Amino acid sequence: MMNRIQTKLKEDKKLLSIYFTAGFPNLEDTASIINQLEQSGVDMIEIGLPFSDPLADGPTIQASSTQSLKNGMTTEVLFQQLKNIRETVLIPLLLMGYFNPILQYGVEAFCEKCQEVGIDGLIIPDLPVDVYVADYQKMFEAHGLLNVFLITPQTSEERIKFIDSISNGFIYMVSSSSVTGSQEGFGEEQTNYFKRIAKMQLHNAQIVGFGISNKQTFSQATAYTKGAIIGSAFIKHLTENREGTIKDFVKRILE
Amino acid sequence: MSYNVNIKGYYGEFGGAFIPEMLYPNVEELRQNYLKVMAEPEFQAEFNQLLKDYVGRPSPLYFAKRLSEVYNTRIYLKREDLNHTGAHKINNTIGQILMAKRLGKTRIIAETGAGQHGVATATVCALMGLECIVYMGEIDIARQAPNVARMKMLGATVVPALSGSKTLKDATNEAIRDWINNPVNTHYIIGSVVGPHPYPDMVARFQSVISEEIQKQLLAHEQTSKPEYVVACVGGGSNAAGAYYHFLEDTSVKLIAVEAAGHGIDSGESAATSVLGREGIIHGSKTLLMQTKDGQITEPYSISAGLDYPGVGPMHAHLFASGRAEFLAATDNEAMTAGMKLAQLEGIIPAIESAHALAVFEKKQFNPNDIVVLCLSGRGDKDLDTYINYFKL
Ligand SMILES: Cc1ncc(COP(=O)(O)O)c(C=O)c1O
Repeated sequence: MMNRIQTKLKEDKKLLSIYFTAGFPNLEDTASIINQLEQSGVDMIEIGLPFSDPLADGPTIQASSTQSLKNGMTTEVLFQQLKNIRETVLIPLLLMGYFNPILQYGVEAFCEKCQEVGIDGLIIPDLPVDVYVADYQKMFEAHGLLNVFLITPQTSEERIKFIDSISNGFIYMVSSSSVTGSQEGFGEEQTNYFKRIAKMQLHNAQIVGFGISNKQTFSQATAYTKGAIIGSAFIKHLTENREGTIKDFVKRILE
Repeated sequence: MSYNVNIKGYYGEFGGAFIPEMLYPNVEELRQNYLKVMAEPEFQAEFNQLLKDYVGRPSPLYFAKRLSEVYNTRIYLKREDLNHTGAHKINNTIGQILMAKRLGKTRIIAETGAGQHGVATATVCALMGLECIVYMGEIDIARQAPNVARMKMLGATVVPALSGSKTLKDATNEAIRDWINNPVNTHYIIGSVVGPHPYPDMVARFQSVISEEIQKQLLAHEQTSKPEYVVACVGGGSNAAGAYYHFLEDTSVKLIAVEAAGHGIDSGESAATSVLGREGIIHGSKTLLMQTKDGQITEPYSISAGLDYPGVGPMHAHLFASGRAEFLAATDNEAMTAGMKLAQLEGIIPAIESAHALAVFEKKQFNPNDIVVLCLSGRGDKDLDTYINYFKL
């Protein structure tokens, strides 16, 4: 059976993926945000499992994680909130989180729960490629979970090829050498990087993340790639406008 | 069983490099080069010369006669407190600044809790004329004003860490984020045997000058290079790693690690990671750390700012799990009392971190003929305010 992510990647369009931190702004917002995002025409969602020490994240996502943990979010609570999500939501759902909370939950138990609630993929920034291959690849695959790896402008060509060989969905292309949320638009450097990777003709599609905040950066990022992920800008939007206008936010990107 | 790091960067089941891809090129560059660079004769020569002429090494191994009489055993103090800048931290920063230069880096970042490692980093950056940025929790900046001033005087920029609990672990997060944002020209001088491989091993090697000297000096004092015990305090574990290093594989030398129990192990305000921690991942390393059931990292407490880190280095996690080292914990009160005792018996005011190690003599009875070497990791000048407030001096 084809994973929902793989099916989505076959569609002839540029994909918009949205990241948000589960349990933010309010603990019980998770399912409602997912439903609204789907209804607004978003193609894929990354649900952030908050961590106390998010090394790769800038201030916006850090603050949302801190707030979510204060609200009482835990791995168990998140799975509870997602229990019935597949009754209404059809688009691919990924969980994005740091490795320690998953390790404490038990990696196998975590995979089982993901499969049970209908998660299609995982993004675990601090799970190293070699550890994944040695210890977890079989387990993830047995539970129908695609593991998504990151590459950056600094990643060597050789390593990109290796990552491509062990991926079977998409590669998360970090737009620049930075933590989340720190870019103000893309310049020539990014465009050259997007082009360089496009030329490599990888098996896996590339989806760009970090620094995409509006229609313009979305278009720039997807000129040479399959799609783009918006995180910090969406969280800022939630912080400033609350959830009533999620539709407007998405419309401004896609119109 | 080996107690050194293996080729994959693990001590037993602990260690590794659990880092986001953004950090991979930086850490990989270091991993591929650190042993090669350290083995170069010119590197060795420069390192050793700076340790001698700038740091003031070898630091004395001092037989503490009156302390030995009180506790009826033979106590030697390894005087890291007499190093330039007042602690063992400078052994590591000298090594790493030379490493950074060999790798062509022009910008140095560091984290600091109490400010000792920050001062040691700012010092070597001044020495080498390199830009220096030190991340320090906003709360620590407020309570360690003299060290903040020292760093500024040495030309460093001190950046407050405003995230999370605004202390050492958050300063470390900020330094790592800076490194992600500046992957090419920057070297991160980490301050203890923590972080992703190869940091724990590299820092342990730079600190291993401590045990190398202990062996030679003990031979001159006692006609043996082997003590019965080596004792050190453990925050992240760098002074302990340095003091143990050349004794690690010789199990006839017993190792004792003293952690900070804060207000008591069960008080909820403690930093005794070996007792309160579980295996997990902190700052890119699989090790023991204090965390909630859900794997969120918790904030430790100790009166000593240098010991309130929620993890320990992977070498120490392995020494604990394998039983190679005995782990004890000293409360604030036990450490402060031991510090006062050293001042009055030997005329040495220790750093409060080191005072935790000294509390071992109230916890454990040694034999009269045992040679006990204790790493006196730092001097108490930075802690005078804490001593004043504690003892109403
Ligand atoms: C004097 C002194 N001793 C010990 C420590 C603890 O660090 P480590 O366990 O890495 O030696 C510190 C840290 O600031 C320190 O300043």
